[in-house]
Amino acid sequence: MKIKVAKENCTGCKLCMQVCAIQHYDEINPKKAAIHIDAEFPDPGVYTPKLCVQCGKCMEACPVDAISLVGDAYIIDPETCTDCGICVEVCPFDVMFVHADAPTPIMCDLCMKCTEVCNTGALTAVE
Amino acid sequence: MNGFGGTILRINLETGEIKRTPTPEKFAREWMGARGFVAKTIYDEVPRDADPLGPENILIMAPGVLTGTFAPAGSKIGFGCISPATNGHADSNMGGHLGAEMKYAGYDMVVFERISPEPAYLYIDDDTIEIRSAGDYWGMGSLDLEKRMKDDLGEDFQIATIGPAGENGVVYSCITHDFGRQAGRCGVGAVMGSKKLKAIAIRGTKSIPVHDLPALTKSTYDIIQRTKTHPLMEPWQKYGTALFVGWSNEHGCFPSRNFQTTYHEGWEGISGEKLAEEILVTHKACFGCWINCGKYSRARIPGKPDIYVEGPEYETIALCGGSCGMTNIHDVAYANYLCDNLGLDTMSGGNTVGFAMECYEKGIITKDDLEGHELRWGNIDDFENLVRMIADRRGIGEVLSYGTKGAAERLGRGTLAFAHQAKGMEFSGYDTRWYSAQLLSYCTSDIGAHHNRSWAITADIEIGQDTPEGKAEVVIYLQHIRPLFDTWCCCRLFWGEVDVTAEEHVDTIGYLTGWDVTFEECMQISEKIWNLTRSHYLERNGGPGRQFDVAPARQLEEKVPSGPAKGQRVGVENFEFMLDDYYHNRGWDKNGHPTREVLEILGLPHVADNLEKVGLLGEPFVDGVPKVRGKRLKPKAM
Repeated sequence: MKIKVAKENCTGCKLCMQVCAIQHYDEINPKKAAIHIDAEFPDPGVYTPKLCVQCGKCMEACPVDAISLVGDAYIIDPETCTDCGICVEVCPFDVMFVHADAPTPIMCDLCMKCTEVCNTGALTAVE
Repeated sequence: MNGFGGTILRINLETGEIKRTPTPEKFAREWMGARGFVAKTIYDEVPRDADPLGPENILIMAPGVLTGTFAPAGSKIGFGCISPATNGHADSNMGGHLGAEMKYAGYDMVVFERISPEPAYLYIDDDTIEIRSAGDYWGMGSLDLEKRMKDDLGEDFQIATIGPAGENGVVYSCITHDFGRQAGRCGVGAVMGSKKLKAIAIRGTKSIPVHDLPALTKSTYDIIQRTKTHPLMEPWQKYGTALFVGWSNEHGCFPSRNFQTTYHEGWEGISGEKLAEEILVTHKACFGCWINCGKYSRARIPGKPDIYVEGPEYETIALCGGSCGMTNIHDVAYANYLCDNLGLDTMSGGNTVGFAMECYEKGIITKDDLEGHELRWGNIDDFENLVRMIADRRGIGEVLSYGTKGAAERLGRGTLAFAHQAKGMEFSGYDTRWYSAQLLSYCTSDIGAHHNRSWAITADIEIGQDTPEGKAEVVIYLQHIRPLFDTWCCCRLFWGEVDVTAEEHVDTIGYLTGWDVTFEECMQISEKIWNLTRSHYLERNGGPGRQFDVAPARQLEEKVPSGPAKGQRVGVENFEFMLDDYYHNRGWDKNGHPTREVLEILGLPHVADNLEKVGLLGEPFVDGVPKVRGKRLKPKAM
C-alpha cells in the first residue's frame, strides 16, 4: 500500500496530523506527526501535504543501520537509532520530522490512518 | 488538568510584566473556555466606568475545552473585552489554527492589561514569552502583516493581527488570522489597537493531556465516518456559507440596499455557485474540520490589482454585497479583501457602508463629504474610497467609524430609522420583517445584533412566520445553545448542519477531561453566562434595560416593498409582546432586569447584590420564575 497525495484537494485541516500523532505516540499533538502541511498564502493559496515518499535515502545514510524496509515502508528501529539526525539532513524531500520530545526522527510508516480521516481525497490509500 | 493547556498568562503591556498562573480546574469546569472565561473575567475585573479604549479595559484571548483536541472542528478561540461599539460585554471568536496552537504552547487564557508605550506584538514560542516591538509593523494591513510575520518568524507560527482601522479605533475593527479568519464583531480589534498591540504570534509544540484517548479517538472516528456521507456534506464543502445566498433571497430575508428590501435583484451574480464558478482558488478548513466551509478566492477587476481573499462568506456577501447593492462576485470579494486588510469587520463594515449609501441617495451625505467621490449602490470604487476614509477616520469616515448608531446620532435627520443595529452593533445579513424571532434575537442579544448569538430564521418558519407567539421561549433556548459552542470552542456547523448532537460533543468533553459533565450542566452554564453579561451591561449602562432592547424603525414599521416577503413587517405591538414574553420566560422583570431568584439559581448571588446596589435588580416574581427557561427546538438546516 502507498499513500497517494492530491495536493489540490488539501484544505489544511490537519486531521491527518492529529491522527498520526495519536496513532504513533498516543498523544494529541500534531507537531509529533509524520505528515505536515505546507501552506503558501496569500499567494498562490496552496496547501501541500508533505510525507515520506519511501525513497530509501535515509536507510542508505543511517550510520547505525537503524532504518530498514519493512513491507512497503522504511521503519526506524528506536532501539538502534542514536537520533544523530543524519537521515533528517539527507532526506531529499524534507519529510523526516523532528520533535524535541520524540526519541527518533518521525517518518511515515504507511499505517494509513491519515487516509481514513481525510474527507477531501487529498490523501488516499492505493495499491 | 486534562483537556487544557494548564496555564493562564497575564501580560501588563505598560510595565512589560508577565505573570503565569496554573489554570484552576474549578474555573475551567464552571466556565468551559473562551466566552465563559471572558464573561467571568471581564465582569470581575473591569471597572464599570472604564473607557473601552482606555487603559482599564482588558483584552482577553482564550481557546476552549475542545480547542486543539481531536474533537470535531475544535478550532475556535475567543477574544473579549468591553466593546467600544456597545459599551457592554464583548466576545468574538474565530476559527483557523491560532487557538489550537495556543493550547499546544500550554495556555488557556491570555489577559492583556493596560497600554503599551510603543507599538508591540506578543511573541510566544512554547515557554518563551516576549513583548516585542512592532514599530516596523504599525500601519500595515492585516493580511500584509501576517505574510510579513510568517516570513520573519517562520511559517509554523500562527499569527493574529489588526489593521489600520484597529490602530485608529474604528469601533467595528476586527482581529484577523490565517489570511481571512476573523474575530470580527464587537470591535475587539479596536481594543487591541488601543493597547498598541499590533499582533500576536504563537508556536506551540506540546501535547494536550487527555483522560481517555481511545474513547475520544473512537468517538471522533465514528463521527467522521458517519458525517462523510451526510447529504449536506458535499454542498457545504463545495460552496460553504455562500450556498445560502439563494435560499435567503427565496425566503425574503436577504438584505438589499441597506435593508430597503429583502430580495436582491441580481443575487445570482453574487451567489455561492458564482463564487465556485468564477473566483474559487481552493477550499480552506479550520483546524480539525472536515467540512472545509472556507473558500479561498481571487478577484480580478479591470484597473485594480488581482487580490486573494478568504471568502466571501454568506455574511460578507449579504452585507458588503447585497446591502451595498453589488451584483458581481469579483466586486464582493474585492470589498471583502479591502475590509480584511484594513481591519474592518465585513459585517458591520458592509452594513455601515450600505447605511451611508442610503444617506447619499437621500442627500444626507454628499460628494463634499466624500472628498469629491460619489457613493453609488454597487460601485466598488465608491466602496473602496469610503472604507479607506473610515479606516483612516477622515472626514465622513470619522462619523461612520462609530458604526450606524453612532453615525446616525451624529448625522440626525431621521437616519436612526434605517440604521440596522441593536445596542450599537450592526445587524447580520438577515432582514427580520418576516422573521420576528430573529428580530427578538438581535434585540435581546448582549452584544447587539449578531446572528451567532442565536440564529432563529428556520425556527421562525417552523413556529409560524405570521405570529409573535411562541417565539420568546425558543429564542431563549437558542441563545443557550450558542454559548455551548462559544465556550467549548468547536464549530457549531457539525451540530447545525450534519446532525452531530450537542450530547455527542458533551461526551467528547468527558473523554477529554474525565469530568462527569452533562448537556444540562452545559446549558446552565450558558444561561449563567447570559445572565451575567446582561447584568454587566446594565451595571455599565444603567436602566431600565428595556430601553436598550430596541429594534430599528424600518424593521417594525416599514413594509417590505418587494420579493417573497412583500408587505411584511413585525409591528411595534408584536415586538413589545415578544419582549414581555421573553423577559418573563427568562425570569427577568418587565424592565428586562434579572431577578435575584434566577441569579441565585444560576450561582450568581453576588451579581444580584451588585445589581441591587445600583437599583437594577429585577422585581421579584410573585409565583416564582419559570422552572424551565427556554423551550427546546432544534431548527432544521436551511
